[in-house]
Amino acid sequence: MARVGVFVCHCGLNIAGVVDVKKVAEELIKEKDVVFSTTYAYMCSDPGQNLIREKIKEHRLDSVVIAACSPSMHEETFRNATRDLINPYRLEIANIREQDSWVHESKDATEKAIKITKATVEKVKSNEELEPIKIDVERKALVIGGGVAGIQAALDIADAGYEVILVEKEPSIGGRMAQLSETFPTLDCSQCILTPKMVSVARHPNIKLLTYAEVVGIDGFVGNFNVRIKKKPRYVDIDKCTACGDCEDVCTVIVPNEFEFGRKPRKAIYIPFPQAVPAAYVIDEQSCLGIAPLRCGECAKACEADAINYDMQPEYIEEKVGAIVVATGYDLYDKNNLVEYGYGEDADIITSLEFERMLSAGGPTQGKVIKPSNGKEAKKIVFIQCAGSRDKQHKPYCSSICCMYTAKHALLFKHHVEDGEAYIFYIDIRATGKNYEEFIARVMEEERINYIRGKPAKIYRQGDKIVVEGVDTLLGKSVKIEADLVVLAMAIVPRNEAKDVARLLKVAIDEHGFFKEAHPKLRPVEAVTRGIFFAGCSQAPKDIPASVAQASAAASKVIAMFSHEKLEKEPIVAMFGDACTGCRTCFYICPFNAIALDSKGKAYGIEALCEGCGVCVAACPVGNIKLPNYEDEQIKKMVEVILE
Amino acid sequence: MKKKIAMYWGAGCGGCDVSLLGVHEKLLDLLSVVDIVFWPCAMDFKYEDLEKMEDGSIDIAFYNGAIRTEENEEMAKLLRKKAKMLVAYGSCAMEGCVIGLANLYGREEIFDAIYLNNETTSDGKVPSHELPEFLPVLKTLDSVVKVDAFIPGCPPPAPVLEEALNALLNGETNFLANVALCDECPRRDSKPDKLEIKKIKRWHAVNDDGRCFLAQGIICMGLATRAGCKAECITANIPCTGCMGGIDGLSGTSTISAIASLIDGEDEEKEKEVIESIQDVIGTFFKYSTAKLLPYGRVKDES
Ligand SMILES: Cc1cc2nc3c(=O)[nH]c(=O)nc-3n(C[C@H](O)[C@H](O)[C@H](O)COP(=O)(O)OP(=O)(O)OC[C@H]3O[C@@H](n4cnc5c(N)ncnc54)[C@H](O)[C@@H]3O)c2cc1C
Ligand code: SF4
Ligand code: SF4
Ligand code: SF4
Ligand code: SF4
Ligand code: SF4
Repeated sequence: MARVGVFVCHCGLNIAGVVDVKKVAEELIKEKDVVFSTTYAYMCSDPGQNLIREKIKEHRLDSVVIAACSPSMHEETFRNATRDLINPYRLEIANIREQDSWVHESKDATEKAIKITKATVEKVKSNEELEPIKIDVERKALVIGGGVAGIQAALDIADAGYEVILVEKEPSIGGRMAQLSETFPTLDCSQCILTPKMVSVARHPNIKLLTYAEVVGIDGFVGNFNVRIKKKPRYVDIDKCTACGDCEDVCTVIVPNEFEFGRKPRKAIYIPFPQAVPAAYVIDEQSCLGIAPLRCGECAKACEADAINYDMQPEYIEEKVGAIVVATGYDLYDKNNLVEYGYGEDADIITSLEFERMLSAGGPTQGKVIKPSNGKEAKKIVFIQCAGSRDKQHKPYCSSICCMYTAKHALLFKHHVEDGEAYIFYIDIRATGKNYEEFIARVMEEERINYIRGKPAKIYRQGDKIVVEGVDTLLGKSVKIEADLVVLAMAIVPRNEAKDVARLLKVAIDEHGFFKEAHPKLRPVEAVTRGIFFAGCSQAPKDIPASVAQASAAASKVIAMFSHEKLEKEPIVAMFGDACTGCRTCFYICPFNAIALDSKGKAYGIEALCEGCGVCVAACPVGNIKLPNYEDEQIKKMVEVILE
Repeated sequence: MKKKIAMYWGAGCGGCDVSLLGVHEKLLDLLSVVDIVFWPCAMDFKYEDLEKMEDGSIDIAFYNGAIRTEENEEMAKLLRKKAKMLVAYGSCAMEGCVIGLANLYGREEIFDAIYLNNETTSDGKVPSHELPEFLPVLKTLDSVVKVDAFIPGCPPPAPVLEEALNALLNGETNFLANVALCDECPRRDSKPDKLEIKKIKRWHAVNDDGRCFLAQGIICMGLATRAGCKAECITANIPCTGCMGGIDGLSGTSTISAIASLIDGEDEEKEKEVIESIQDVIGTFFKYSTAKLLPYGRVKDES
């Protein structure tokens, strides 16, 4: 015989303004097995929690129903507050706020609150007392992607004393930030603030850096992931290479340099950029003559350190890690998709990242702003914001950083070309970060940049000019600008490889391909699958401060996880009976891969992986799977009470 | 002492009575331990004969067929009174079977289709007098009287029957297999690791490659249907249609949720297309159990 206590919360007027809470308490005390009921203004407050504790002791309650807000708000709060008195799984929340008082106005709301609470009483009475499941945890983290986000996450975790494996697919870490010139709003030189961090990664005793490498397999579960990493052959031993560059001098193969978007050449043996980490050369096997049977071998002859080895093979590394941080970053939306802007056809229409390189002292023009078509200084530039963003034809979302970097671009341009003229087409200006609005104001006022509200209607070449026509919707005036250069603030999109990573990790990506967080507000850095975290632009477009902040957040989640002896896990997991016929339905549909098959083809659950979603329970055609405390019988009884 | 048994038919096709012969020579063994006191289909017994018997004097009464008329119902009640143990024999008595599909229609519609407007009738009329009343819905035996045991199947396959009879003669009522057909299906091991249905195909339109029917996109109810028949249909290369009833509730509802989980059409639109391509949903999933699904007939949409 259960002894149930019912606590009805007013939530100020949130609930009590609509629901007659007294009546709910009065009706509930009439229910079988309910031995106590009351109401209180704020159940979650300290006195509210104390009230519950006292009444449990006074009335020897073994079950508690709290009629209040959604369980996702305070279920944990209340369970923790009473953990020493009753089993947490004998406490249930009846949601009479989100599912009742907030959505109804009439007197029916009280009726509904009574039904919801009665049904919850019915459930709690037959709830089993459960204990959390304990899982071992491997105190080592994997970080995928070595942009600023991945670097920050790796450093934070490593500084806390845990081992980190940082996997970067390019020959150097650094990501996009390494390509930027100066950064808004403070105009620090991007390389200058990034390089020290890159070097710390390379030197950190707790970080194992694997560049030119990719994760090719992952299985296991939180605390116990098994990872398989493929290291592509670099043909240069990074430990021996001194980055003297002698090899580069002798190499005769010249190809476009990707880091410079092809606007500068490189050799088949190259270093991606001077500050690269690891500071070592790499041979691009596609263009090198020496890897092919007909050997060239010049670089090896030139290399005094004897670092070059044409026989290097791909290497596979297996690691066991407890947590994974995904920081695979972003790309720009392919400019060729924007046929309306004529990109690709015209050398004088470039993307924002190409413009960053043009502004960089180390870039293809040594910081000179030129017209690529003739190499002459560009005097008049049109910047186009939201190129591909906020556009249903392309990407419906806001890329969030283009307003800021375009302002920066215009400002830096004016610093480079004093008599230059800059025009910016924009839809709105979104400058919500700290000191961002001030930065925009400064650009607008001090630098006298011409902001034109509207989208350009037409872009075409006329002689050696690019003509941009549009309407300034603020002035209601049409504008026509004959520009030397057009810079497109292209939409930020996830890297192509992100979907492969998502597939390997079995985590969700959103409709645009960004990694999907467990909860957009309350769990913004973690995946639904436990032990996997997101940082930087892989989760959504964001600037450097936000990327770094999210990386630190992800790292602290990992550190918090590692600080426990064992991981605890909700015991609401699928339980398998012995009626399984091996139909594999559950095995196929479990979104968390928490089901395996034994040698006879019968299904069993992997507790540590199961999230208790219940999908398999509904799907099993023979009713062989149950979720404790969500048994059919309990649910039927709840429905009966509601239909009474 | 020999056990006294009775066998009666309600609304059914007669296949169940015949199925008793399907146990072949075992029937002789059976006859050596029982006395048949009532079996109108096989021997000349009259209603009065049964009425005269003492209450509870029959050891086991088997009732096959569903309850469609007042007479069926009366006989079911009478047998209940006369028998110590009443057994629902076959799918009709247990779940209403194929004739239960009639619960999708009202009495008028049924009479109209049978007696008036069909291709082989002209000047038809609905017979009206001297006949037991046709009930508004078809009922299963257990919705009319208490039933002690069920022998599933349409009709009960020989292996099921043998096991059932052995058990019942020993006073055992709990003899049904508790696993689904897949468990004893010869095609089970051909199930691919990841079972996904991209297209639903009908059995006659597929060149059967011998693998699990589901893997070929053919709806097979073996997933949710009680084992015991030794996969008779599958062995004859025909997917299971579920005559043995479900393991966990109705096999139809279970199969629907399982199959819905297995459909993989990449996006929601395509998945909807796949689902909508299923022909005759009720006839496919509830061929034998519509009377259980709709015990009160179809509730007409009032809006
Ligand atoms: C034109 C432009 C100007 C900008 N200017 C500014 C500015 O002034 N100030 C500012 O705050 N922000 C600026 N930003 C934004 C800034 O670039 C980003 O916020 C930041 O670079 C995000 O870092 P990240 O680590 O998330 O991604 P990335 O820098 O993209 O790094 C991702 C890394 O992951 C690696 N990777 C990807 N997939 C895999 C894989 N499968 N396996 C292994 N490794 C992988 C990539 O090679 C890369 O190294 C600008 C952006 C643009 C486009
Ligand atoms: S071996 Fe390859 S990298 Fe070295 S010099 Fe020859 S082409 Fe260049
Ligand atoms: S409850 Fe959900 S997560 Fe757990 S085994 Fe079933 S389908 Fe997988
Ligand atoms: S769905 Fe049920 S019967 Fe099928 S494999 Fe899973 S547990 Fe076994
Ligand atoms: S689904 Fe049908 S064919 Fe497949 S294993 Fe089960 S019974 Fe056999
Ligand atoms: S395979 Fe299915 S339809 Fe055929 S006899 Fe067995 S249970 Fe009945």
